[in-house]
Amino acid sequence: MFDFGPFFDNIDQILEGFWATVRLAAVAAVLSMLFGTILVSFRVSPVPVLRTFGTVYVNVLRNTPLTLVLLMCSLGLNDELALKFSESNSTYYWWAVLGLSGYTAAFVCEALRAGVNTVPLGQAEAARSIGLTFGQSLRMIILPQAFRAVLAPLGSVLIGMIKNTTVAAAAGYAEAATKMKDLLDLPSFTSGALPLFIGVAAGFMILTLPTGFFFGWLHKRMAVAR
Amino acid sequence: MTDSEGEPEPATGGGPQDAIPGAGPLVVVEHVDKHFGELHVLKDINLTVNRGEVVVVIGPSGGGKSTLCRSINRLEPIDGGTILVDGRELPKEGKELARLRADVGMVFQSFNLFAHKTILENVTLGPIKVRKQGRAESEKHALELLDRVGIADQAQKYPVQLSGGQQQRAAIARSLAMKPKVMLFDEPTSALDPEMVNEVLDVMTGLARDGMTMIVVTHEMGFARRAAQKVVFMADGQIVEENTPDEFFTNARTDRAKDFLSKILTH
Repeated sequence: MFDFGPFFDNIDQILEGFWATVRLAAVAAVLSMLFGTILVSFRVSPVPVLRTFGTVYVNVLRNTPLTLVLLMCSLGLNDELALKFSESNSTYYWWAVLGLSGYTAAFVCEALRAGVNTVPLGQAEAARSIGLTFGQSLRMIILPQAFRAVLAPLGSVLIGMIKNTTVAAAAGYAEAATKMKDLLDLPSFTSGALPLFIGVAAGFMILTLPTGFFFGWLHKRMAVAR
Repeated sequence: MTDSEGEPEPATGGGPQDAIPGAGPLVVVEHVDKHFGELHVLKDINLTVNRGEVVVVIGPSGGGKSTLCRSINRLEPIDGGTILVDGRELPKEGKELARLRADVGMVFQSFNLFAHKTILENVTLGPIKVRKQGRAESEKHALELLDRVGIADQAQKYPVQLSGGQQQRAAIARSLAMKPKVMLFDEPTSALDPEMVNEVLDVMTGLARDGMTMIVVTHEMGFARRAAQKVVFMADGQIVEENTPDEFFTNARTDRAKDFLSKILTH
């Protein structure tokens, strides 16, 4: 039952799957941070339209199951409405990136908003009093301090995002968990399911544990002393 | 004491003309009203501050001193009346307002130095990002200012590494770096340990001597006597008395001011 033979026999496929996971997670990490930062700027902005947009976006995306978001991207937007990034299969990769980033951005936004609330009001007043515009004080004074305050929670959001890549199969993108399922579905696969699960789980931990440690370390190192 | 709308003169004995002759008005506050919900915190405030003049605003807590100070660079929006700085009315929002604020220095009770930036970066941020000066030039000027307030050796430290008095002097340098037309001080020494009050007041006295136009909300009567040309006594959202420091402290005209002074000067 605990024969890791099948796992290592198919290590090529599994590593290929994890490479696909890494490609998805890395780009989604960058984009979700970017979108999340833009969203939080909207949510704290003095312009009511932007604030409303930010609030609606966050509440819709945060409360929709990721599977639905990704299915809507692949089946709805790509297939049904023919909004394709390319004619090849890479269109599904990009839809998976966009869906996952758009979803994760809502959580990044909320983490950052908690961070904005830790920055004393006086910092913004001082920024305004030397003539910085709202955008400048957000960019140079508020957000840098907000980021530093929530690095550890942002690490958790990223860990969640990395694990959520397993849902990308719904967008027609094959990553590590899809490969695993494909292997399990092979008629020739008769035993060794448990070792396969354990192996793939360990693979994810190799990605997520350092992420968590790194952000925890960064959080301590970058903390703003008051 | 009346508080009727449309009365041109503030309810004080002194007129606005008894300042330095030949220097025009720099800050003009006219019929300013402000509410916090039900609370009427500024009631028909009229005040003129001339170029080079140092005005000290004193009075009991909750009298509207800080609110008046903060409304002059629109950190607090006002409900009615006008505030002119150098002949121009305060713009409502946006870039215009930011530009005007750059000309009005502000020093806060709690210093409010940017916590994630060094002292030098605190002082150069405005000149570089708002005035669009070069970095080298801004740093040179910043170090001169830090030297002037006596903390040039602290330039590379972060705010939290400095004492309160040093932080406040850094905050003054940060404001001065913008070459402001007028400086607002909102209780600059109230959050300081007693032994650090004088180092800040000395810097402020030096500024006053150099001809900086200053509006200072403070409880430091010694500073008011030493550096101010005018004392404005505020209570219950009104300017109750406007007077010279000597007259005010020895021979206040209003009972409200006499009462206040008797409470703070007898021990």
